[in-house]
Amino acid sequence: MGGMTLSGIEVRIGQRKILDDVTVEFPAGKVTVVIGPNGAGKSTMLAVAAGSIKPHAGVARLGDDDLRHLPARQAARRRAVMPQDSHVAFPFTVREVVEMGRTPWSGSSPADRDICDEALELTQMTAMADREITTLSGGERQRAALARVITQATPVDTESVILLDEPTSAMDIGHAEATLSLARDLARRGAAIGIVLHDIDSAAAFADQVVLMHHGQVHVAGTVGDVCRAETLSDVYETPIEVFERDGRVHVTPRR
Amino acid sequence: MRVAVVTLILVAAVLGVVMLSIGLGQFATAPGDVFASIRRVVFNGADPLDNQVDAVLWNIRFPRIALGLLAGAALAVAGAVMQGVFANPLAEPSIIGVNAGASVGATLVLVLGAAVTSPWLLPGAAFLGAIVVTVVVWAFARTGGKAAVLTLVLTGIAINAIASAGTSFLIFLGDTTAREQVIFWQLGTLSNATWEAVGITLVIFTAGFIGCMVIRRPIDVLSLGDASASASGIHVERLRLVAILLACLLTGVAVAFGGIIAFVGLIVPHTIRLMVGPSHRYLVPLSALGGAVLLAAADIATRNLIAFSDLPIGIFTAIVGGPLFLLLLRRTLHGQGGLR
Repeated sequence: MGGMTLSGIEVRIGQRKILDDVTVEFPAGKVTVVIGPNGAGKSTMLAVAAGSIKPHAGVARLGDDDLRHLPARQAARRRAVMPQDSHVAFPFTVREVVEMGRTPWSGSSPADRDICDEALELTQMTAMADREITTLSGGERQRAALARVITQATPVDTESVILLDEPTSAMDIGHAEATLSLARDLARRGAAIGIVLHDIDSAAAFADQVVLMHHGQVHVAGTVGDVCRAETLSDVYETPIEVFERDGRVHVTPRR
Repeated sequence: MRVAVVTLILVAAVLGVVMLSIGLGQFATAPGDVFASIRRVVFNGADPLDNQVDAVLWNIRFPRIALGLLAGAALAVAGAVMQGVFANPLAEPSIIGVNAGASVGATLVLVLGAAVTSPWLLPGAAFLGAIVVTVVVWAFARTGGKAAVLTLVLTGIAINAIASAGTSFLIFLGDTTAREQVIFWQLGTLSNATWEAVGITLVIFTAGFIGCMVIRRPIDVLSLGDASASASGIHVERLRLVAILLACLLTGVAVAFGGIIAFVGLIVPHTIRLMVGPSHRYLVPLSALGGAVLLAAADIATRNLIAFSDLPIGIFTAIVGGPLFLLLLRRTLHGQGGLR
């Protein structure tokens, strides 16, 4: 069955509810984009899906399996995560960082090298493979992190879940577009893709379904047309937002 | 290839330093005499005390060299692992106060005169002191699995101050003999080396080193931060706990028998990283060799620089390590977008 579902997730810090009864589905073969204002709980939700935060209530399922009963290594083979922070503490080469994506798999085999090469190619990082990661710019580091995530998710099939938290935040527009297209391609190969994005226009362009979060809850979820409405977005983001159709797709931009 | 060359150089350096160390000292021995003595004692079962050369070599110099090699290796491996666990190249045990914590534990044993009851008591107490300090530092200095440089160093200052106050108080309580013992021990010295100390250090070092070798691949992944590491299928908290215990075990035993020898855990892993890169796969075993070379070489200097005196070995490691630390601090603070 593949994909990933979070149901009734609650996460508290002290008395404050960061996530309150959040139910989100990341279906196989689809790109699900999570949007919402700062502090809406997007990253926390993704961290629950990633298994790095244990929810106080609710269940996270990877395919049919409850994440609580799935060994971390097994889960990591089916679900790869790119967190926001792409800093690496030591000057590993880009290739070494990408190879770390094979950690949950049995060990080093010749096939691993090909998998890394392919991931480097997909993220246009081949030329930088031998550079030290600490010397790269933020956007380049994000591409290396993406290559690592793809390496971990390989073989990408209908069981795979790939979660990206603001993967393009430091990228130039060209690489940002390439990254989101790559995410689409991975979905076409059957993977469930979850992406947290701030750029609503990109969300509208690349998403199969959109989840709009607000104050730790899912405000509305559905197709691009369901979620990307001028009133809804203007209301949640507390700023006038314009939504219009051109060339057969929805465009979203602040009203200036 | 590069790793093989560096390994070869380090192995040769260990052998070279050992040979040099055996020959040099207040009582110089020619290589021929050394071989003759080894033949007498090992193969013919002669009592070392019957012969002056044998006595010097077997009761003083050999155990001292062995302890130097082991303590150096232990400190360097502990440093490498500690830096991996904190995801910070400045997380040296002596900077963050682990040595000082170990010193409180060991001083307590020395002042109480309890060291005679069991040879394991001294390293055990040092280990406990080291653990307490590391847990406190970790609780204060981490954010998101990485220890920020500034908080790490500042926490270390506070911890070092508290621990040295504790040690001072214990020294104050002790009698004159205990005080003298503690003060010399605090400066760092291998002069109290006995075969018993070597044996205990060997056992603990071997256990700690094997442990570090087992966990060295996952430690690499910790440098991505906690979120990425746990999403890679690593039990971050469990790995960190095991790694910290191992580092404290290694530091504890080195401190117990060698005293406070600072900066070995900084100098060696840093140099090895420059040569073969940061991967712990090579960093851990090569740091062991590098640490052994460094401390054995420093010990030659302590015994021979000033005739008829035995300088504290901590002086030499600090002379090299202090400036290196400043250099690294400057680079880390400026290089990674300010005060991260």
